[in-house]
Amino acid sequence: MTTLDSSKEIQKNNSEVNETHEDFRMFGLITFLIADGMTFAGFFAAYLTYKAVNPLPDGAIYELELPIPTLNTILLLVSSATFHKAGKALLKDKNSDSQKWLFFTAFLGIIFLICQLFEYFHLPFGLTDNLFASTFYALTGFHGLHVTLGTLMILIIAWQSRINGGRITSQNMFPLEAVELYWHFVDGIWVILFIILYLL
Amino acid sequence: MLNKNIYLILIISLVFAISFWIGFNVNLLPAEASINAPIYDELFKILFIIGLIIFIGMTIAVIYSLFNFRKKNDQIGDGIALEGNLRLEIVWTIIPSIIVLLIGLYSYNIYDRMGGMKELNHNHEMMSSNPDKIWAGISQTSDNEISKNNLSIEVSAMQFAFLFNYPKGNFITGELHVPVDKKVSMKMESKDVIHAFWVPEFRIKQDIIPGQPTILNFTPTKVGKYSIICAELCGPYHGGMRASIIVEEESDYNDWFNKNKKTEVNL
Amino acid sequence: MTISIDPQKTNNDSLQPKGWLRYFSFSLDHKVIGIQYLVCGFLFYLIGGTLASAIRIELASPMSDFMPRDVYNQVLTLHGTIMIFLWIVPVVNGAFGNYLIPFYVGARDMAFPRLNAVAFWLIPPSGLMLVASYFVEGAAQAGWTAYPPLSITTPQSGQIIWILSVLLLGGSSIFGGINFIATIIKLRRPGLKLMQLPMYCWAMLGTSLLVVLSTPVLAGTLILLSFDIIANTGFFNPVLGGNVVVYQHLFWFYSHPAVYIMVLPAFGLVSEILPVHARKPLFGYTTMVFSIMGIVVLGLVVWAHHMFTSGTPPWMRLFFTIATAFIAVPTGIKFFNWVATLWGGKISINSAMLFSCGFIINFVFGGITGVALAQVPFDIHVHDTYFVVAHFHYIVYGGTVFIIFSSIYHWFPKVTGKMLNEKLGILHFIITFIGFNLCFAPQHWLGLNGMPRRVAEYDPQFQFVNQISSLGALLMAISTIPFLINVFLSLRNGKDAGDNPWNALTPEWLTSSPPPVENWEGEAPLVEEPYGYGKQFCEQK
Repeated sequence: MTTLDSSKEIQKNNSEVNETHEDFRMFGLITFLIADGMTFAGFFAAYLTYKAVNPLPDGAIYELELPIPTLNTILLLVSSATFHKAGKALLKDKNSDSQKWLFFTAFLGIIFLICQLFEYFHLPFGLTDNLFASTFYALTGFHGLHVTLGTLMILIIAWQSRINGGRITSQNMFPLEAVELYWHFVDGIWVILFIILYLL
Repeated sequence: MLNKNIYLILIISLVFAISFWIGFNVNLLPAEASINAPIYDELFKILFIIGLIIFIGMTIAVIYSLFNFRKKNDQIGDGIALEGNLRLEIVWTIIPSIIVLLIGLYSYNIYDRMGGMKELNHNHEMMSSNPDKIWAGISQTSDNEISKNNLSIEVSAMQFAFLFNYPKGNFITGELHVPVDKKVSMKMESKDVIHAFWVPEFRIKQDIIPGQPTILNFTPTKVGKYSIICAELCGPYHGGMRASIIVEEESDYNDWFNKNKKTEVNL
Repeated sequence: MTISIDPQKTNNDSLQPKGWLRYFSFSLDHKVIGIQYLVCGFLFYLIGGTLASAIRIELASPMSDFMPRDVYNQVLTLHGTIMIFLWIVPVVNGAFGNYLIPFYVGARDMAFPRLNAVAFWLIPPSGLMLVASYFVEGAAQAGWTAYPPLSITTPQSGQIIWILSVLLLGGSSIFGGINFIATIIKLRRPGLKLMQLPMYCWAMLGTSLLVVLSTPVLAGTLILLSFDIIANTGFFNPVLGGNVVVYQHLFWFYSHPAVYIMVLPAFGLVSEILPVHARKPLFGYTTMVFSIMGIVVLGLVVWAHHMFTSGTPPWMRLFFTIATAFIAVPTGIKFFNWVATLWGGKISINSAMLFSCGFIINFVFGGITGVALAQVPFDIHVHDTYFVVAHFHYIVYGGTVFIIFSSIYHWFPKVTGKMLNEKLGILHFIITFIGFNLCFAPQHWLGLNGMPRRVAEYDPQFQFVNQISSLGALLMAISTIPFLINVFLSLRNGKDAGDNPWNALTPEWLTSSPPPVENWEGEAPLVEEPYGYGKQFCEQK
């Protein structure tokens, strides 16, 4: 992500005259996540409108199995906690602990994706079957894309927080904090998605 | 100071006078041929006059400032350091708010008189056999009493033509015939892309949407031939997508109707 | 947390090309990026203008005789898309925003320079792709609104390229928005308070909030539309059970704020230009700030007034009427304040001033027709007619494009160090103003009397008025010539401008012309009163 490292330039620019600003990279990331959240908001709005005004034809399957998505919700919530643990550990300079927690978080993310794919293959409807099916795949697919991206980023920062030669240390927490925020955001979206799509 | 105020009052009254004169004497609209049209033109006139007052007033203020406060050749330095005037700013927040609110209420009234706030029912005799949801439109038919005498027509639009189905006569035409001074109730649906039904002389328009039936009701008041225009981009021949609506005397209409009626249908 | 100083990273500037070549590089300098936006946008303006001329030639006669009908639809689609996404939005936001905002907040660059360069470099490829789609299988032909089902049933390749291009441009716009918000909120020079910022910063803050909140919705919508086209899903396809009106809601949730994304920065720019040339403080700074924020909030909840004749129930039509009409209040405040800024000033009548006053007059006219269009019963008759075409050209051309020209006349001396020729500038203004009004004022009458928009053929009774309109378009095309001559001549041998030819007080004039790479030789100046004209401390200058 370009946002994450580009403010180095400012660091450079400001260094000569000794002007300092508080770190606004996190601020930029939050703005970006708000924008990203609006994309989901658009999808949710479309889904809810369809549900309210476009009744499905008879025989269209509406009931979804709950066990897998519930497991997925738990997986993501736990992964948020483990990510938090990783940050705590890094703050105390326990890099290897931090790395372990990160790998565990990434592992949970991968399990989530596998479960999601498993659900996809066992659903009785396909992408183009009806309006509900299409919206279901669009929403979960777009979210799954976010989880995939997040998992990849977690693996990268896990690699970068290795003891010898890693760029992420307790002095340079930003990459870890940024991915953590992103991961919490993705979890939050999943919880909303779970409520709207599966429970309502 | 007194002099200045007199000039100001003079100019403002002149602006008002000119605006009212233009508003009442310049007609920018086509002929009025339905009961909606005079109602619409009433709203248009009011908006036109208010708009003219604001536009002429602002234009005069800008041009006057440019001339009167322009920098003369020998002048240097700045204008007065006036950074705002709270009282003035409150005045020109409140006055527009009131004007806008009044216009809003007035246009609600107009829309209601056009039938826009009525329930969306297509007053078909066979209401029960036709339970389609009506999504939008202008209705005047929630009143059952009048609805019995209504002329019901089903409009279907396609690239690039309108078709009019007269359920009572069981025939379809490409040219809409309606009797004068009688309420017409149309249920419209598109077969392919979005179209729109617009008759400028009637001041009515409603999109014809695939999958979402809409309705449009109107009462023509003037005998004549008018154009039905498609107003929503619908493909290459969009500009050519027109049909005629022929408003005729009741007797002429009945002749036409009986000539086209399919006799085997009994209603 | 503060950023530590890292001296190792200071010196990689030597790799950047110098001179005019830097405008073709991945430069991180906000001033270079601003000029890149402006020139790139202007080139697309010429393309969009050519397409507009083609439309006016076609409409000079009532028959469809100048080009095939499907090509005509491609031309009007490309004209709309190019003018909005490649000319006005990038120029009023990207070009002036990038050039001016760092000066105004007292910074040496934008908050995220690399993101900034990425945002710009997304534009040329996506623009070229859009234009090139014409040569593949024909460009998109569903209008810039791309309403399904028409956009699903027209040739697919053009529509898909259109979607891809708009997605990239939307991404560019979001990146720019994030950058502006971060720069204005977080990168202010120590000691500079929010309420001391020049008005353009507030306008850009409001605009960027709209960009960040609404553009992603458009992106999501277009992704769904592309699924409908490629993957045969049925989100917006009624044949497969979809709902076409949902597309319109989602589309206008972006595209109405897009109007404010196009005009709010112009409001900001005119607030910079008027005080300088009228030698008076900006009238009512605080109310201006509040009215910008009012427009932002209201602008997000008025979208359905584009759908009054579509599938909207009566209550919705009424709610959006009232909400829309109330936008007139904050907008009106701004116009009264600008006239009050002129009142009692010592006004220099120059090209920048004339274009700004032309903007006020045109925009008031467009605003009045806008309030009228917000009323459901009024809109029922004129929706999708030439009345609407005239209205929005008064807003975006008579409003924003006039301000773009005004700004070019105002900031050209700062950017290049040369003055533009005033005589050619005034000639440019006169031809543009006459041509513009001749072109678009008669279109109101056309719409009222029965000419729908986006048509290649029309009722012969409208021929004369259409020819007047085409004549106006011809004048507008001609008006570009004195402007271009002016720019090229002045670049070669214009009068030297000096650092501050207008004796302006905003921070960008307090450095040399053209400004050095990091904006100031020493520390950034603290400008507490950007509009302090007529006050003691500047009388002495």
